[in-house]
Amino acid sequence: MQKDSVLEMRGIYKSFYSVKALQDVDFTLREGEIHALMGENGAGKSTLIKVLTGVYAKDEGQIFLKGHEGPVNIKSPEEAQKAGISTVYQEITLCPNLTVAENMYIGRERSPITNWRRMNADANRILEALAIPAKAQQQLGTCSIAVQQMVAIARAVDMECKVLILDEPTSSLDESEVSKLFKLMLDLKSRGVGIIFVTHFLDQVYEVCDRITVLRDGHLIGEYAIENMPRVDLVSKMLGKELDDLSEIKSGDEGESSYGEVIYEADGLSSTATRSPFSFSIHKGEVNGFTGLLGSGRSECVRAIFGADRVTSGKVHMDGHDIKVSKPRDAMKHGIGYLPEDRKKDGIVGDLSVRENIILALQVMKGFFGPISRAQAEAFADEYIKLLDIKTASTDTPIKSLSGGNQQKVILARWLLTNPQYLILDEPTRGIDIGTKIEIQKLVLKLASEGKSVTFISSEIDEMLRTCSRLIVMRDGKEVGELSGSDLTQSKIMNTIAGGAR
Amino acid sequence: MSIDKTPSIGLQKASGLFRRQIFIPLAALIVLILFNLIADPSFFEISYGTNSAGNPVLSGYLITILDNASELAILAIGMTLVTAASGGQDISVGAAIAISGSVVLRVLCGDNPRPDEMQASILTAFLISCVVSMLFGAFNGTLVAYFNIQPMIATLILYTAGRSIAAWINNNRLPIISDPSFGYFGTFIPGIPIPTPIFIAIICMAIIALVLKFTTLGLYAQSVGINPNSAKLNGINPAFIKFITYVIMGLCVAVAGFIKVTRFSTINYSVVALDIEMDAILAVALGGNALSGGKFSMVSSILGAYVIQFLTTTLFKFNVSSSALPAYKAVVVIVLVVLSAPTVRETLKKAWNRLRAGSPARKEA
Repeated sequence: MQKDSVLEMRGIYKSFYSVKALQDVDFTLREGEIHALMGENGAGKSTLIKVLTGVYAKDEGQIFLKGHEGPVNIKSPEEAQKAGISTVYQEITLCPNLTVAENMYIGRERSPITNWRRMNADANRILEALAIPAKAQQQLGTCSIAVQQMVAIARAVDMECKVLILDEPTSSLDESEVSKLFKLMLDLKSRGVGIIFVTHFLDQVYEVCDRITVLRDGHLIGEYAIENMPRVDLVSKMLGKELDDLSEIKSGDEGESSYGEVIYEADGLSSTATRSPFSFSIHKGEVNGFTGLLGSGRSECVRAIFGADRVTSGKVHMDGHDIKVSKPRDAMKHGIGYLPEDRKKDGIVGDLSVRENIILALQVMKGFFGPISRAQAEAFADEYIKLLDIKTASTDTPIKSLSGGNQQKVILARWLLTNPQYLILDEPTRGIDIGTKIEIQKLVLKLASEGKSVTFISSEIDEMLRTCSRLIVMRDGKEVGELSGSDLTQSKIMNTIAGGAR
Repeated sequence: MSIDKTPSIGLQKASGLFRRQIFIPLAALIVLILFNLIADPSFFEISYGTNSAGNPVLSGYLITILDNASELAILAIGMTLVTAASGGQDISVGAAIAISGSVVLRVLCGDNPRPDEMQASILTAFLISCVVSMLFGAFNGTLVAYFNIQPMIATLILYTAGRSIAAWINNNRLPIISDPSFGYFGTFIPGIPIPTPIFIAIICMAIIALVLKFTTLGLYAQSVGINPNSAKLNGINPAFIKFITYVIMGLCVAVAGFIKVTRFSTINYSVVALDIEMDAILAVALGGNALSGGKFSMVSSILGAYVIQFLTTTLFKFNVSSSALPAYKAVVVIVLVVLSAPTVRETLKKAWNRLRAGSPARKEA
């Protein structure tokens, strides 16, 4: 074991039945470094983390920890925690109805009698030291997601961890929240904590990380210092191919200036969730986008279009007719599809099979007395599994056991199957790997070229630039600008989002 | 109610069976059958004779089981749907049976508790009791689906009040129907040696099988139970689906109540179908269905109902007194429920796989 490393994993193997999830993977974490663990979905990142934290037992290989003689054998997450390995997951795993302090100390009381005053005082001290804007006695649920994330980190830090694993902590944070989190990470780094940072955001990797380890298909591709690793190389290492694909998309976007007639038009639309009425229209074959920071009201707008929240006012024209959309079923009848922002909460029906998840929307449109036969459903599922290259053991597999990207493809398949005229995709690429991202972007452009209209929402501006020909910029629940043509540049969008002042 | 398409190699089939929901009720049934076979094979004898009315009847423990499980099997249908969609149980079914039975008698008797002839046709009485039961189901459903009250709390209201309401419907008198044709539904139809409730239960099962095949009720109820947000965004109305499952439960209650009153041609408000809701919930649980809702297997639930009755009858056969019966039942239930717990099933599966790996010679299981 090298002198400055806090963690070394050597020759890790892990398979599930016949699937080899990890093959001869090495990983080294040094003291006071932020180490990005990168790879597509299914590359083995989560498996490696789970082997490290004792969720899975490794088949072969050794793990060395600083301060331990010889290889350690971690058999459960509790043991990992005791050995100084703490994990903060993408989804908050704390209890929102307890206070911040209770969350920080739950499960590790030293005696059955709790000294509440001391616990709160201790919590406040740590929160202050880490500059986390929360009070010990505040209910956790009242904090923003970013602060909740930070509390989870504070909890980990207070357990005197030497290795902190952050598993996609930023995917539900907006930019200012991310920068706060990064400050905290850098602070911990300076205290000598080794941080393993799992993320899909390249920008973030280059902002805070010192080193990158890339995995692909369960193999170690390599470990690189960040300065020797240009972005394009990193992406091609992760994908295992050169990046022609990306440029291809961009060129496909050019020269589409003339669209068909207006297919959907809303005037003064508002719902119980929108903050002010908005007007909006989209042409046949057009891809437009709603952009803005989290909480700017972009999701609320598209939810109003789909009738996902109760619509309170507004006129809607579709295909030249006045229509009334007050619930999702109405929107679906008129050929509108909606892929929701939160895949887990609003998209998948976890325990149901891939097949049932694919046919769900079409089934609802066919109505209560027109069930799709098993054979027909099987055929639909097979068709879309092939078309979208969904990786699943069978059509009978519960969707919850698929990886995030594949779950998202299933939801996409669900809506494509209904053959919508107008498809709304709210963050379809969040938390999924670059390969799938590109596939989805291509699919969007292909749909548009077939004459369908698409509204595309993403937190990543360059992704919007690649796919959308018109951007509606939102701020504080209001539309503050509409950009198209030559105005579609990163800086222009940023300026509009920020209010043009900067 | 899915059909598995695993390869037909015996061992693979068997290991797949561990994972299948129907495994636990099926295994329990087999154990009970084996137990009885060993203890006293006469348990399975079926004899042909005539009853006091001179009708040909089949009798024997198996017939008793099939006959007496009818109400429970019918209730298990409704309870499965309610559980799947609302993630909770209807604990008012026993009390609701008292109400529906009371309604049947009230319609047939009018104001005279001992009528010489019935005041309305049996069909009319049955249909009215269906409507009343479905209204009470709608009441439960409204509380659960539209007021978001926990199912157990919502149905606690009717659980508490039901038997009083039942007594009140007949002015607290105990009407008796003397017309023998009324009893046909709960006992035997002259000339047919099989108890009528068995046919009624079969009809109900056939209806629910058709409903699940020719409507999307199953898919909707599961979707709503698993993820109501997602169901809503796919155009399903989660509240309505929950509501409708309680109405269907009401219909099941009406049929079960009808069987109960026709068995004796009278009713005892305070004991009719007492605690049957617990057995119905148990049937759902024995069927391996999560009581927190979501995916369900109707076949397993119904089989669960028959297992419970099989157990009860077996205990009676071995002269367990009716007051001690619940204690014995509880012991068996503990075993079954523990066995059907996912963790235990997982362990069993692993043990099975190890066993299989250990014996390369492929024996038929």
